[in-house]
Amino acid sequence: MIKEPVKVKEASVQERVANFAEVVQGYSEAEALAEAARCLQCKNPVCISGCPVEIDIKQFIYHLRQKDYQAAYFKIREKSNFPSICGRVCPAEYQCRKACVLTKKGSPFASEQAINIHFLERFIGDWGKNNNLEIAAKPDPKLSKFKVAVVGSGPAGLCCAGELARQGVQVDVFESLHKTGGVLRYGIPPFRLPWDVLDFEIDYLKKLGVNIITNFLVGKAKTIKELFLEGYSAVFLGLGAGVPSFLGVKGENLCNIYSVNEFLTRVNLMSAYKFPEFHTPVNIGKHVLIVGGGNTAMDAARVALRLQKLKGYPLNTTVIYRRTEVEMPARRLEIEHAREEGIKFEFLVQPKEFIGDEQGCVKKMLCLRSELGAPDSSGRRRPVIIPGSDFELDCDLCVIAVGLKANQILINATPELKTDKYSDVIVDPETMECSIKDVFAGGDIVGGEGTVIEAMGMAKKAAKAILARLAKKGE
Amino acid sequence: MKIINKKIINDVGGVRIVQLDILSPDIAAKALPGQFIMLMVDSQGERIPLTLVDTDPDKGVISLMFQEAGFTTRQLGRLEPNDTLYSLVGPLGHPTQIKKFGKVILVGGGVGIAEILPVARALKAAGNQITTILGSRNKDLLILEKELKESSDQIYIMTDDGSYGRKGFTTEMLAELLKKDKYDLIYSVGPIPMMKRVAMVSKEYNTPTLVSLNALMVDATGMCGCCRVSVFGQVKFSCVDGPDFDGAGVDWDELEKRNKVYAAQEKHICQLGRHD
Repeated sequence: MIKEPVKVKEASVQERVANFAEVVQGYSEAEALAEAARCLQCKNPVCISGCPVEIDIKQFIYHLRQKDYQAAYFKIREKSNFPSICGRVCPAEYQCRKACVLTKKGSPFASEQAINIHFLERFIGDWGKNNNLEIAAKPDPKLSKFKVAVVGSGPAGLCCAGELARQGVQVDVFESLHKTGGVLRYGIPPFRLPWDVLDFEIDYLKKLGVNIITNFLVGKAKTIKELFLEGYSAVFLGLGAGVPSFLGVKGENLCNIYSVNEFLTRVNLMSAYKFPEFHTPVNIGKHVLIVGGGNTAMDAARVALRLQKLKGYPLNTTVIYRRTEVEMPARRLEIEHAREEGIKFEFLVQPKEFIGDEQGCVKKMLCLRSELGAPDSSGRRRPVIIPGSDFELDCDLCVIAVGLKANQILINATPELKTDKYSDVIVDPETMECSIKDVFAGGDIVGGEGTVIEAMGMAKKAAKAILARLAKKGE
Repeated sequence: MKIINKKIINDVGGVRIVQLDILSPDIAAKALPGQFIMLMVDSQGERIPLTLVDTDPDKGVISLMFQEAGFTTRQLGRLEPNDTLYSLVGPLGHPTQIKKFGKVILVGGGVGIAEILPVARALKAAGNQITTILGSRNKDLLILEKELKESSDQIYIMTDDGSYGRKGFTTEMLAELLKKDKYDLIYSVGPIPMMKRVAMVSKEYNTPTLVSLNALMVDATGMCGCCRVSVFGQVKFSCVDGPDFDGAGVDWDELEKRNKVYAAQEKHICQLGRHD
């Protein structure tokens, strides 16, 4: 008889909607040990195949059970650079936990019974962080004369920078914003990923000698060609997917209709929730609608709810999604948290038009109901509009969270850089090298909107290829 | 990011127009007329766009000019030489198209006149015949007349109260000129109502018109869409698609309303600022 999963501690709903502090508090040592004890240590650990970077999950859990946390930490670190981050943001229920033998066959995502691998990873990652465990640098004197430029300080860029710097390569990271972290800073709210977790990883890179240059937009202040002329031997592009998609419906430019990136950037990066102490404003409404079903939609909804609470408004935030809950790409945990906090959901609904008031501010969303038809190219059942199903919803603030596309500034400034129909950079999948020699890429700029761990996988692959290239140049 | 020189261009009843020269070799080396930068005064500040007024690539210096109209511009105006900005990034946006068009009219209003200057110089250097119309509420508020005179073949001054030049709007002069002669391009920067009127007048005379838009922005690298404007019914981002657009296609009412979306917060923080 398999024991029940160990529930992770979370801040109470009352407490958490009133601030931006982390919601999931993680396992204590005893809880981690109890959860790890549930692992069957399968002869054929299928969970590993569910991990995009193939962390040896069985082995790290084994070390954890032996209370050899250090060994567990380094086991994870063989494959993942950021266990504290991934343990918090990985969609484990679609990855390792879904592959876990305790998940019921055919389930679209992990069963509750599946081992809470992500919480164990987080426990180990945080243990390593609290004990200053980091992989020691192994500088190769043959590589120390090379300089590599990393463009973008999101998950891909940070990972690639670390991999290169550990081998002694001089790395300069260029970031266009005033703060590092990319989407981990501007996109993911601190109640999901606290800044100290991110800062720890960035400080580690600085200790390795990585030079981080903020406020520098490659593509405008310098071209890729100019970087090579300045003596960089290779360039890694971790530009990310930050261009917001809109619905393309009438009235979408009315005031108080935000892209999810604008809404989250104002609140996360610019701390607009602390206005006027911080000077960037953000508006909030009494009837907030969030359009979309992904993680960014959940983040926006939970941010909006907190802003309503801070403003003293009754909590009234609704997620509008055109399919049903099963098809939502968001992590199940985020959906669950959102619901617990009081966020409402309207499924099978599509916005048709926004109606504004005399000041040009949104006041209503006209909608249509839909039903699920045949599966589309994504494998999910396509929503089909029901004719004549028009209805309207009160809406004085709306956040559009229907996807993000590749950042374009550097791509537009570099015509020789080949891209696909989504404007993502085309790479050799083995080396992550682009159509320009010695230019490599990884993360969302290659694969479109993905996860932190996928970005990390690509960045590691690119770093390996860059190191091989540099070694060859050094011969 | 260090301020090396500060000049008070004018001071009318405590509302000043200030010029800051800032050390920024990378931006100075690359910036072209019509481009802008984003800056933050301090770590709690907001990111605001300002158009580059001048650059000196040899000295690595850029010049900004702004009216102390809101909270952040007032904060910026309090900085002195040797102070350092918290954040400065650029150059951003597309440069203004510079080539020989032929006969060009430049229309600048208020502090927008500062943004006309680099374009005037570049268009003049490209061999264009330049007619400049400057507008301000009154004589005291008028800036850069001397500098623009140097880059213009003709210059006309319009003031709302008639205290200098001719009484009236810039568009009255524009209509007169267009009635008499054919021009190849109009380039305009100023308050939205002025640019809107310029676009209306020039449409009547079928003269191509570029306007430099001053939409609100956050990242200014195409990632937030705060600065979206409708141009000929298409959604454009001012930061990466602009800031120059065909004036005939801009939805001015939408832009004007979008630019006022934080008016209440601005008023609130400005009032708090007075008690500093």
